[in-house]
Amino acid sequence: MFLSGNEACVEGAILAGCRFFAGYPITPSTEIAEGMARRLPEVNGVYMQMEDEIASIFSVIGASIAGAKAMTATSGPGFSLMQEGISLAVMAEIPLVIVNVQRSGPSTGQPTLPSQQEIMQSRWGRHGDGESITLYPNSPQECLDFTVEAFNLAERYRVPVILLSDAVIAHMRENVCLRDFHIVERGEVEDGIEPMGELGSGLRIDGVSLDETGFPKSVNPEGHRKHISKITNKIEKNRSKIIKFEKRCIEGCEYLIISTGIASRVCYYVQRRLIEEGMKVGLFRPITIFPFPWEELSKVGEEVEKAFVVEMNTGQMFHMVRESLDEVELIPEYSGKIPDPNAIINKIKTSVR
Amino acid sequence: MTNGDRKRMQDLILVERFPHIFCPGCGNGVVLKATYEAISTMDREFVFLGGIGCSARIATYFRGDVIRGAHGRALPIATGIKSIRPDVDVIVFTGDGDASAIGGNHLIHSARRNLDVTVVCVNNFVYGMTGGQVAPTTPKGKKTSTTPEGNEERPFDISKLVLAAGASYVARWTVLQFKPLVRSIRRGIETKGFSFIEVLSPCPVGFGRRNDMSIEELWAMYRDLSRGEEIEIGEISRRGET
Repeated sequence: MFLSGNEACVEGAILAGCRFFAGYPITPSTEIAEGMARRLPEVNGVYMQMEDEIASIFSVIGASIAGAKAMTATSGPGFSLMQEGISLAVMAEIPLVIVNVQRSGPSTGQPTLPSQQEIMQSRWGRHGDGESITLYPNSPQECLDFTVEAFNLAERYRVPVILLSDAVIAHMRENVCLRDFHIVERGEVEDGIEPMGELGSGLRIDGVSLDETGFPKSVNPEGHRKHISKITNKIEKNRSKIIKFEKRCIEGCEYLIISTGIASRVCYYVQRRLIEEGMKVGLFRPITIFPFPWEELSKVGEEVEKAFVVEMNTGQMFHMVRESLDEVELIPEYSGKIPDPNAIINKIKTSVR
Repeated sequence: MTNGDRKRMQDLILVERFPHIFCPGCGNGVVLKATYEAISTMDREFVFLGGIGCSARIATYFRGDVIRGAHGRALPIATGIKSIRPDVDVIVFTGDGDASAIGGNHLIHSARRNLDVTVVCVNNFVYGMTGGQVAPTTPKGKKTSTTPEGNEERPFDISKLVLAAGASYVARWTVLQFKPLVRSIRRGIETKGFSFIEVLSPCPVGFGRRNDMSIEELWAMYRDLSRGEEIEIGEISRRGET
């Protein structure tokens, strides 16, 4: 199939068993809502266009509580509005998927142009502790694959999973192949995680801290500490099963490029050009941005003289890379344009001279 | 379908959690009892929802499924639940601030969609849980902790707002009108579509105290309100099919 990234997200969601979508139109994510509005009725699912992104995320939470795999899709400003709901989903361990197609901000910014402005917001935008998962594909094929994976991870770990995309990946068309995916169904949770109850089973779901019987207990230091540990450790403990990354020609490399999403596609070309010119350059692409592949990156970077982070913001992933490696330089692009490969090549060459 | 055996209070309510958290003189206990009375003879499966605020806590005293999310967001959660499980009956407990301020957009759009839920909105003219701040329902001139010289803004008539937005069933009573309130909650559940029951309820701590009203004076105000001369009281719309 020849699909755009957004269309691939739709097909991935349907394959994964998504049967509820609630959203609000926003460029450049709108084709996902349009696609779900067309596709969901064919599989007896429900599409709801809500009054805003806050209503969208909360109705997705409601649908998930009612037993459906549920999703929303949005972009920058809408993603900010959804943070309140994501916080509840983290607190109450409600599986759901949010596709955030990044555009160039802040605020309305350049709605049709790409950026990577929500790398940090995808994990740190909400109030309170507790882990979530962020995936970032770099092609329509991966949009499909990782949408399925996002639903699987959401069910297995009972967390909201954020699939980051960007205006370029969302709209570029490439060949996409369907595969036999393993689908994780509701209740197939990782060891140590309690399966989510069904409606009618006496569910007690709340944003407020609960006692062991499920009754609100808003002053509850012991119980609260236990709960926060639970919703943090379930991801931390299983991080080796969750993390994904791509390594390209890292054997014996002296320099390392770290990049993700559409910027990493540019860096594939940059790497090839630099290797052709005789430099030993490796490429490391985090695919799970959260949990971040710290250890794997540290290992790859052990013998590296210098690493370069290429990202489309003023430096977000850069800070996480700095916690793994010593010599790191940021090559940012925050104009709304895709990074110019020649400019990156020149910058790297100048820097290592 | 409503004439099942009458269920005992302990079958439906977490009586072991009593005394409840509501202040002396508050009407939330009356609303809890009225809701119990309304559903005690109904042979149906209920999901109880609440937002945030004193009235949202009413939901937590029910047995069965109790779901509370964030301030103002109970109706979007209900939208998701009803989309997937139209067979369950959803009762939403909300307050005037929860429903008409932070959740105001969700309220009018749920009414416009005629979402098949029953909303019990306890209107005490003030933000009670946070200590008595001005609400979109506070009468003009009344004092609150954030309008120490008296409220200068006009209040919402929430029932009329919801009616204009398309709700099927709309009724308004004070907590002193117990039997009609029970009947309206039952009728709201039986109505297909959006049912909105507004209950005017005193808040002695947040509202009465700021306006130098004793509990007796405050309840006298509600006796006056029950006559429906200041604000329309009764079944305001019964256009929904049951």
